[in-house]
Order: sequence, then structure tokens, then C-alpha cells
Amino acid sequence: MQTHYIWQYIPLVLQILVALAMAGGMVAASFFIGKHKRTKVKLGAYECGMDPVGDARGRFSVKFYMVAMLFILFDVEAVFIMPWAVIYRQLHTITGQRLFGFWEMVVYLGFVAVGLFYVWKKGILDWTNTSSRGDL
Amino acid sequence: MSTNLLALLPELVLTITGVLVMVLEPVIPAGKSRKPLGWLAILGSLLSGLAAFYQLQIVNAQGTLTAFYSTIQIDPFSIFFHLLIAAVVLVTLLGSLDYFESPITHAGEYFALVLFGAVGMMFMTSSVELLMVFIGLEISSISTYILAGFRKGRATASESSIKYFLLGSFATAFFLYGVALIYGATGSTSIGPIAAGLAITRTPTMAILAVAMVLIGLGFKVSAAPFHVWTPDVYQGAPAPVVGLMSTAPKAAAFAVLLRFLFNGTPMLHGHWILLIEILAVASMCLGNLGALKQHDVKRLLAYSSIAHAGYLLVAFTGTHQNAVAGACFYTATYAAMNVGAFLVLSQLSGFSERIRSIEDFTGLALKRPGMSALLGFFLLSLIGIPFTGGFFGKFYVFSGALQNGHVWLGIVGLANSGVACFYYLRLLAAIYSRPTSDSVAYIPVRKVTAPAAVALAATALATLGLGILPNKLVHLVERATPTTTAAVAVQPTQQ
Repeated sequence: MQTHYIWQYIPLVLQILVALAMAGGMVAASFFIGKHKRTKVKLGAYECGMDPVGDARGRFSVKFYMVAMLFILFDVEAVFIMPWAVIYRQLHTITGQRLFGFWEMVVYLGFVAVGLFYVWKKGILDWTNTSSRGDL
Repeated sequence: MSTNLLALLPELVLTITGVLVMVLEPVIPAGKSRKPLGWLAILGSLLSGLAAFYQLQIVNAQGTLTAFYSTIQIDPFSIFFHLLIAAVVLVTLLGSLDYFESPITHAGEYFALVLFGAVGMMFMTSSVELLMVFIGLEISSISTYILAGFRKGRATASESSIKYFLLGSFATAFFLYGVALIYGATGSTSIGPIAAGLAITRTPTMAILAVAMVLIGLGFKVSAAPFHVWTPDVYQGAPAPVVGLMSTAPKAAAFAVLLRFLFNGTPMLHGHWILLIEILAVASMCLGNLGALKQHDVKRLLAYSSIAHAGYLLVAFTGTHQNAVAGACFYTATYAAMNVGAFLVLSQLSGFSERIRSIEDFTGLALKRPGMSALLGFFLLSLIGIPFTGGFFGKFYVFSGALQNGHVWLGIVGLANSGVACFYYLRLLAAIYSRPTSDSVAYIPVRKVTAPAAVALAATALATLGLGILPNKLVHLVERATPTTTAAVAVQPTQQ
């Protein structure tokens, strides 16, 4: 029997429902079960650890930017690995070579590892040592 | 060796050297000299030049190489630009080996970024797939954005880097939009299939719009008017050796992409884009030369001169396919030699701090630095296009190509502009050779020219002179370089 293609989306709808239930359930559970201490900071708008009200031209440590940039870099790396991992078993039929896809990813991760090594040796991951070389 | 690896050999060599430099940089203790990294980078650029030469032997024996599902094409055209870029990078690295010799200048990152930038530029010239070109464009652009701000802590350097980054990203978006539209019009982003698709497209207006968009994006990269406004500010703030590099090598790569795209990809639309090219060429020549007349800062003056030279180069595009490729290739080579040379002299004279900048500072320079003055004078004469310099034959081939194809008025505009250009180049030259004012020369510190810098200066001067006396050698090479369109159809994503 030919079903309408829209029924193929049923798993996706279920996934969305489960995700909503999980997120909503967690918030609801902590609301009902948890203790409530209403402080000024807790009730303020959340703005990534910064004071949401005040002069926008305040200065803050360059390390914020460093971490933000590194986060983006490694985040994007994960984005690239995901589709590769999903089709890895079919890759050899697409490329025509058995291990081509594997070595491509090794080269790619190698570049990322070199970047991580550079960042680490430059002392950017080191927040406490003031004499570190994170003077970029 | 597999064809894929062979096709990317020069880029591979540069990438591996660049990564090595990046890995070794933080390992060397903070206070130590970064010179060994510089020598490593120089070795890498030398090896990549040799790799390109090896590719030339292979291509001579077996014909054009294609690799990576026909997205990379190695032919004499791309090899010419590979050799040119490798040479410019080599000379720049030699010239800046001592320029960045200070603990605060991040010399290690400088060497790595120059190499990475060169990878992108080479990639642009050998790609026959516009998305691959885009990746190369981004690699080269991002490296040069950072390099432009290398004189950290100075307001002009930050201005230079930020302006270049913001406007450059904007221009790249135009290029990408053009690529998207051309995909819509022809169903492909590869040069060969684009040409085939244009013949049967039902949306020719969209294709014309796409070509215009690509022209805007690349016009920015070659600083052709009216997309030139960033050039003087960026060149003024960037370190002199970096300006020498980024006013020649990325422009050569962008011109290579334009040549391939316009002549191989969209020959059907020749009647449309030739008009745009003419407008760009005339605007660049006139605005560049007229703008330079008013400049006092020597780097700004040379920036406007670089806009004008982009205009001369665009005149070459009005010739026949073969004339255009030969003229443009010859001009990029001579322009690279003389402009890198001129900026090397500037970097040697004023050093990292760039104390002497304006034409007034150069007054009477010949008394204190006769050798350097003579070299700078020679490069300026070549930029004017005096006979026995490379600049003369560069202009000669460009204008004769345009005249042969019936663009007489364009030739006249170009020659009139060359006359205007004499004025500001000679103004600088006259200042150098005039009597010093009371305090102009006193402030000029005599920096010793180190051996690597001397080699770089000699190489650029000899190249400029050689191209002016014996242009035939290069002409024979570039006349063979006209790229052909590969019949190979790019891999299309399978659609159900």
C-alpha cells in the first residue's frame, strides 16, 4: 500500500515531542522540587556572565574572546565530523577507494590537533599563569 | 605518486612547511630569534617552486593534468602562476627575514601566514571549479587580513586590518552570490560545464548578473576602481613587505581566475562583460593616476599606482583570448617584480617603525643612501614604463593586444594615463635626488642591508631589468599558457 510521504516524518514529530517533554519536564521538576532563593543576580537577565545593564563600552579580559574563538573552532570541527561519521560505511562506494575517506578525516583531525597544540603551547588555555605567552 | 597528490604538490609542500612553522613557533623559547623559522619558510617556498617546475615537466610530457573529480586542472597557465606566486613569496620572505626580528612582532606567525596565504593563491589559479576558487580565495584573503595588521598597537595597522577584513568579506559575498546565480543559470559551478550550460540556458539575464557579481568580487581583490577605496588605507597601515606581497601575488591569482572564468567559462557573454571590463579599466586607470597626484605618503602613492596598474592589466582583457592571457601574464610578472622591489626598498629604508613615510622625508635621500635611492629610482622608472625596464614591455603587450582587437580609444586613454603617471613617480624621484632640506636626511637612520635582503633586492631588480631587455623568454612561455576548457564534466550530486 502506498502511504503518503508525510507519514515518513512521524519519527521526527515523535523526536520533537520527546525533546519538548524532556526539556519541559526538567524545568518543571526543578521548579516544583527545588528550593528557591531569589537573589538579585539570579533574577536578572542572563547575559553570559556579564552585567546586562550598564555601560556597553566596559572593558573585559581578552580571554573571553580567546575562549569564544576556540569554542567556535572546535564546534565547527564537530559539525564537520558528524556527516562524515553518518555516511562513513558508504564512503568507499562513493570515493572508489577503501580507506580514502578515513585518511581524509585523519588529515583533517591532524590539522585541528596542530591547532590545539599551538593554542596550548601559546598558553591560551592557561588562565592562571600571568607569565604565560598568551599575548596574542 | 597519485595524480591527486601530484596536482597539489606545490600547495602540499607549502602547507606542510607552514604547519611545521606553526608547530615549532611556540616550542622556541620566548626571547629567541625566529630566524630559523624564516629559513624553513624560505626552504618551503623554494621547494614549492621546484614542485611547480616538476609539474611543468610532467605536463609537457603528458599534457594537462586533472585531479579531484576535475576540480583541479594543472596546465601551463596554472603552473605559470604557481611559479610567479612561489617567486614572490620567496623574495618577500628573504626581504622580511630581518624586518620582523624583534620579540614583539610575532615573526613565526608571520612566516606561517605568508605560506598559508600562498597556498590559497595557488589553489585559486589551478581550480576550474568556482567553489574551489572560493575556498582558495578565502584562505589567501584571511591570511592577508591578519598580515595587514602586523604592526600591532598602531592605529593605522588596526585600521588597515579591520578595513580590509570588513570590505573584503563583503566583496567575497558578492563573488559567492555570483557563483550561486551562475549555478542557477547553468546548473554547474565548473568552468567547462558553465560554458556548455550557457549555450542552452533559459535565463541569460541571470547569467549576466552572475558574471557582474563575480566581477565585483574579484574587482575588489585586484583593487580595480570603483572597488578600490580600501587600497590606500590598507597599504598605508600594513607593513611594507606585506604590501609588496599583497599588491602582487593575490592580485595575480585573482586575475588568473578572471581570465579562466571570462574566457573559458563565459565566452558566450563576451559582448556583455567586455563592456564592464572597459568601464573598470578606464575608471581604474583614471582614478588611480589622478588620486596618486595628490598623495604625500609614499605608500599611499604606490597604492594609487597599484590601482592604476590594475586598470592597465584589465586593458589586456579586451584583446583576443591568446593576447589577453599572454599580455596579462606578462604584465603580472613584471608588475610583481617591480612592485615587490619598490616595497622591499621602502621596508629596508624605514624598517618596522616606518619613521620615513612622506615625500618630504625622502628629500635628499640619494646623498645618504645612494644605492637604495638608485634601486628605488629604477623601480619607479619601470613603474612609469621607461624602455629597458620590464614595465615598458608590460604596457607594450597590453596596449598592442587591445589595439589589435580594435579598442583604439582604450589604448589612447591608457597612454594618456601613462603620461599623467609620470608626474607623480617623477615627483618622488626628484625629491630623492634633490638637495636635502635642513632636517630631512638627518632623521633617516642607516639600517644595514642584510645578505638575504640584498639577495631579494638583487633578484627583483634583475627580474625587472631582464624582462625589459630580454622579454622573449617569458613571452614564449606565456604565449603557450592559454588555458583550454576541459571537456570533463564535474561530478554532479546524484539527485533522485
